[in-house]
Amino acid sequence: MSQTSLHTPPESASGTAVSIAAEQRAAGKFTPAKIAGPKALKRIPGGKVLIGAVVPLLLLLLWWLATDVLGLFRPVQLPAPQSVFDAGVELLNRGELYQHIAISVQRVLTGFAIGAGCGLFLGSVLGLSKIADALLHPTIGAFRAVPSLAWVPLLILWMGIYEDSKVTLIAIGAFFPVFTSVHAALRHVDPHLVEAGRAFGFHGFRLLGTVQLPAVVPSVFSGLRLALAQAWLFLVAAELIASSMGLGFLLTESQNNGRTDRLLLAIVLLAILGKLTDALLGMIERRALKRWA
Amino acid sequence: MTSAPVLEPVKAPAALDDAPEERAVPDGSLTVTFRNVGRSFDARTVLRDVSLKVTPGEVVAIVGASGCGKSTLLRAVGGLDSGFTGEILIGDSSVTPYDERTAVGFQEPRLLPWRSVRKNIELGLPRTLSKEAGRARVDELLKLVGLAERAHLRPREISGGMAQRASLARALARRPGVLLLDEPFGALDALTRLKMQDLLLDIHAQTGTTVLLVTHDVDEALQLADRILLLGHGGSSSAEGASVKQLLTVPGERPRDRASAELARLRGELYVGLGVDSH
Repeated sequence: MSQTSLHTPPESASGTAVSIAAEQRAAGKFTPAKIAGPKALKRIPGGKVLIGAVVPLLLLLLWWLATDVLGLFRPVQLPAPQSVFDAGVELLNRGELYQHIAISVQRVLTGFAIGAGCGLFLGSVLGLSKIADALLHPTIGAFRAVPSLAWVPLLILWMGIYEDSKVTLIAIGAFFPVFTSVHAALRHVDPHLVEAGRAFGFHGFRLLGTVQLPAVVPSVFSGLRLALAQAWLFLVAAELIASSMGLGFLLTESQNNGRTDRLLLAIVLLAILGKLTDALLGMIERRALKRWA
Repeated sequence: MTSAPVLEPVKAPAALDDAPEERAVPDGSLTVTFRNVGRSFDARTVLRDVSLKVTPGEVVAIVGASGCGKSTLLRAVGGLDSGFTGEILIGDSSVTPYDERTAVGFQEPRLLPWRSVRKNIELGLPRTLSKEAGRARVDELLKLVGLAERAHLRPREISGGMAQRASLARALARRPGVLLLDEPFGALDALTRLKMQDLLLDIHAQTGTTVLLVTHDVDEALQLADRILLLGHGGSSSAEGASVKQLLTVPGERPRDRASAELARLRGELYVGLGVDSH
């Protein structure tokens, strides 16, 4: 943009200032979206949710156009939104949908809780104790280097094909992001604050609870959110391999039966559930950050 | 800020001579005795042979060129550093790690960003104090440092000067026998620094605690201290490490006239000691 388009040539210094101010005011009046946009969004309850829904709705529209209206795909390649919805209703009426969702959510939450709990614990111990770090970090690093899916055959051999092996796999997936973020964050807590804490008589667990843990709350939550995403990833992996229930099972079964509508249903459900649990964790995170950061 | 400090009888003219032992001893304030204190980091000697007796209720400023070990000496008194040689006594017994009889005011406020000003000051309370007594003491300190209205704010919501006052209040919360201040006003603007110096005098008049103050500001030392310890390398000595180069007694009662001729002479002396032309 050229200089002259910004304001009229100055007649006097004060004249320029006035004309700029006037122009800014005018600009504010005529392009309110630029200035008031983000604020207006905050004012409408759920404004952010509405904006966030635009693209999914567009995708849905596109999907509908490509299948029902234009018929670009055969139903076995890409069924129409309506038939995916119908498949969902059918499974719901048969009482199977609820079962699939419930068992999957249960596996994810159990695995996530175990993995994240161990990650928090070991991350704290190794982050705080130099001796524990020197002793254990190389080993944990080596385990982290193993692609987590490589454990599957061993887990099945040791624990069978039922719940234990699945939950363990999910826990492994959830463990590393939490461990890594907590460990790294504790190593980098401002040493000045830690020293101040010590100078005022805090040590051990009291120091941990007063200075170190609050200081790493933001990193802990980013680790937890990563871990939750990993937990869903490993859930599907575990259920694809061996299961008789759950969304991953729905995926393989639908593939084998050529039920693309159910397959898409499972994918949509995974997206929704993943997003929901993440949003829930996000809410807790916001509360925690308000308190500690 | 607060009005001119009220002087205690502690600051009687008798305190002007070099061994101010005969002063009345304020409750709870302690002596600090350095006996041949030295400190080396690996092969590098930073301090050697520092010997000094600081009397209860005295304000001693420690000045010296940067990197000469001023902070190192102060940290040793607070028990933040245990690698020194020689002996440091607080009262009658040796310094313990993170000694409870001392409290440190750092150069940075070092407040916990997620806690309010009040909660930060509470960190400094002795563990043995009851909840109500603790609350009363924090109220008192908030008033003393002029932060009663800001007690609910977080550190990032207050100015640097206020943060430093909060940090000072936190250090005072345990009623230390020795208050250790490590360039506490160094990062503040000139005007705020002068106000903080007045506040410190005010606090000292009220609490009577022994104060060791590390500063790089010669005027600050002249304004606040009973005695000034100049750390530096001895003129002829080739030994590595700084030691007591000069120990000056500052004349006059506080608050002192910043423009007094006698202080100007001392200022010149100190600048020479620091290796700076006084012009």
